[in-house]
Amino acid sequence: MSIDRRRFLSVSAASISGALLTACNANPERAAKLLDLVERKNEGLERGLFRHASMDDVPGSARVAGTDFPKYFISDAVPVWDASARGVWRLEVSGAVRTPLSLTLNDLVRLPRITQKVDHFCVEGWNARAEWSGVRVSDLARLAGATSDAQYVDFAGFDKDYHESWDMASAMHAQTLVAYGMDGRLLTPGHGAPARVHSPVKLGYKNTKYLTRIVFMPQRNGGYWSDLGYEWFGGT
Amino acid sequence: MTELVKRNHWVIRLTHWVNVVAIVIMAGSGMRIFNAHPAFARPGESFSLNPWEGHAIPAWLTFGGWLGGARHWHFAAMWLLVANGFVYLAFLFLHGEWRDVVPRTGDARDAIEMIKFYLFVRKNHPVGGKHNALQKMAYFAMPLLGIVIVLSGLAIWKPITFGFMTAMFVNYKWARFVHFAGMVLLLALALVHVFMVFAVDPYSLRSIVTGWYNRERSPEARNARPFYHLLGPSVPAAPDTEGPPS
Ligand code: HEM
Ligand code: HEM
Repeated sequence: MSIDRRRFLSVSAASISGALLTACNANPERAAKLLDLVERKNEGLERGLFRHASMDDVPGSARVAGTDFPKYFISDAVPVWDASARGVWRLEVSGAVRTPLSLTLNDLVRLPRITQKVDHFCVEGWNARAEWSGVRVSDLARLAGATSDAQYVDFAGFDKDYHESWDMASAMHAQTLVAYGMDGRLLTPGHGAPARVHSPVKLGYKNTKYLTRIVFMPQRNGGYWSDLGYEWFGGT
Repeated sequence: MTELVKRNHWVIRLTHWVNVVAIVIMAGSGMRIFNAHPAFARPGESFSLNPWEGHAIPAWLTFGGWLGGARHWHFAAMWLLVANGFVYLAFLFLHGEWRDVVPRTGDARDAIEMIKFYLFVRKNHPVGGKHNALQKMAYFAMPLLGIVIVLSGLAIWKPITFGFMTAMFVNYKWARFVHFAGMVLLLALALVHVFMVFAVDPYSLRSIVTGWYNRERSPEARNARPFYHLLGPSVPAAPDTEGPPS
């Protein structure tokens, strides 16, 4: 009986530690490959589940974060467009399009304006509301005549070499804006002035601030945080 | 004396241990994700239900190393957790074992009797089925909590795509809190569970590994409370014998 007892205690101890070792001590490279594979499968699923009709409907009465809305950028100081050195700010729309665009802030403001109170979902876990004003990326795509080669879109800015590329479907979502206004005023430098991408359908890091270029492409080209190991898709 | 009986089917044993691995990865990586911003309030608002708002969980309890890594583990291991949980629940349902864990009328009274017994108010271990009434409630609550955690997890993973699910938990902020609080409750139950296994019925470890269980060593036969009669029976197993306490 005592042999019995000892045996089952050692068998159970061995299997418990075995289970925990598999969890914690898995060969990092093999684990990384498996995690990559699952990330690709998850992305396929997430893109399959994406619906243009799925919208963020924040109640009109909801409180906006206002001055508490977090600001972030990767440069050492707040990036500010220096017109005396770089000339007037322009947004270039190019790549797989029939007519490339080069728009000043005045041009943007004259295009059909969308104003929407939506969530901002940060990868860190917090979310914040603001009322954004701007132009739909889908309107810019139509204006530039994006071709069937346009399967991905890269959004690049002047905050160092920050950029993030998106799948076309998310970029064409009705709530994906090139925003130049926030809570009824023009964007401030802390929030990406003169214009930035804003959409509730992607996590914050996909929403490039200090925007200067929109490039439609047949292939994706990664992004600042995606290249550092965060999910490329980053959808919500 | 050994009275060996087959207590746990291999499906239960396998899913139990796969679940332990999945829970460890999910809770560890979840806490690492939490630490990236350990607060539930939106910027500029306050959140009164979390007294430790802003305080991170000790890093040694977390898994995944950094936020991106923890997210990769979380969104990979969630498939293991869900698939395994599905097999377990389907087996319980199809094989009849759900009767061992679904509370029925009378279990509330039996649970009170168990508490009285553990508090030395009652002398003899109440006699029940495979699990005592307290165990049944814990084992029933665990999968329920699991379902709440998975649903609230989907609600915060895809707050736009699964917006209807996020709305089920009011909004993203509340879904996130439910997800976190669900984990805290599940881990608390699991810790009590593991404590009771070692303090009351270490002989059941064999039954969750090989499936076999020695009836002569059951808590009923040993009249076992936490740390009492761990080694063997000191009173006859007959239920109404009023033996001396301890
Ligand atoms: C299908 C299953 C699950 C899904 C889809 C899921 C999804 C998620 C997502 C998307 C987040 C990130 C939220 C954020 O950015 O803050 C998260 C966080 C978290 N998860 Fe899960 N999860 C699942 C299961 C679990 C389980 C089983 C546990 C633990 C037992 C767990 C514990 C946590 C914790 C503690 C957090 C951090 C809470 C926070 O900061 O919001 N999750 N989960
Ligand atoms: C190292 C940690 C653990 C140990 C040593 C352990 C041990 C055991 C043992 C010995 C049993 C069999 C009880 C019996 O047959 O009377 C059991 C059953 C069970 N355990 Fe655990 N357990 C652990 C972790 C967990 C965790 C983390 C969970 C859930 C989150 C869990 C949930 C359950 C459930 C639901 C049962 C009942 C199974 C059934 O009858 O269908 N256990 N555990």
